[in-house]
Amino acid sequence: MAKSAAGTLYRGNDGMWSWVAHRVTGVLVFFFLLVHVVDTALVRVSPEAYNHALELYKTPLVNLMEVGLVGAVLYHALNGVRIILIDFWAKGPKYQKGMLRGIIVVWLLVMIPGAYFMLIRTFESLFGSTS
Amino acid sequence: MSAPSLDAPRSKRQITKNNFELNAWLFMRVSGVVLIILVLGHLLIMNILDGGVHRINFAFVAGRWSSPFWQIWDLLMLWLAMLHGCNGLRTIINDYASKHATRMTLKGLLYVATVLVIALGTLVIFTFDPNIS
Repeated sequence: MAKSAAGTLYRGNDGMWSWVAHRVTGVLVFFFLLVHVVDTALVRVSPEAYNHALELYKTPLVNLMEVGLVGAVLYHALNGVRIILIDFWAKGPKYQKGMLRGIIVVWLLVMIPGAYFMLIRTFESLFGSTS
Repeated sequence: MSAPSLDAPRSKRQITKNNFELNAWLFMRVSGVVLIILVLGHLLIMNILDGGVHRINFAFVAGRWSSPFWQIWDLLMLWLAMLHGCNGLRTIINDYASKHATRMTLKGLLYVATVLVIALGTLVIFTFDPNIS
């Protein structure tokens, strides 16, 4: 019998938090997907209706939320690969912690330039173009 | 409703009628790999490259859907993403909704929403008219 709970309960470590984040990002992306199919369906109503809806996607606040969406999808995708490697690769469980650090690094390497390109026009429209 | 119970230790494993849960588990991994390409490609094109969301309008969509390649891409992405997400939410509902009635209601709503959204998206891709007034 272990003396303390630390190390015996599957609680509070990176294994659990990566699992929580996988669920949270998955639910967020699914609910966005429901909305996104409906807004895209406006192409079947009229070009004006669709363009009007798309204007909302170009507003600063929604533009910022899109960065969050891309970040959520990217985490879910990278951690999904990690889950598959844990399930199917013999050494996956041994390296799960290292793989989590790896996907965080990849996430940052993609999100920093990604967020720049996603937000640059919004910044220019809010604070004036420098060019 | 009976209280939740655990099987006695070393009791015989219950024989299930089919492999639905195994197939669902496998589907999450297979569809996940395909969705990595489809969804990350979609996000890269739609949100990051060449001005991102700011260049999207009706004409942009019409241009893309004039090609069967992007029609098939979007159709496959719609079906796989919705089924992947539906199964993910099914798992989460099963985990957290402990009352039978709540669980059944939430899953019923989930399945109705999934069928409606897949049907709507499929209809839109197949009946898209670039010359709609």
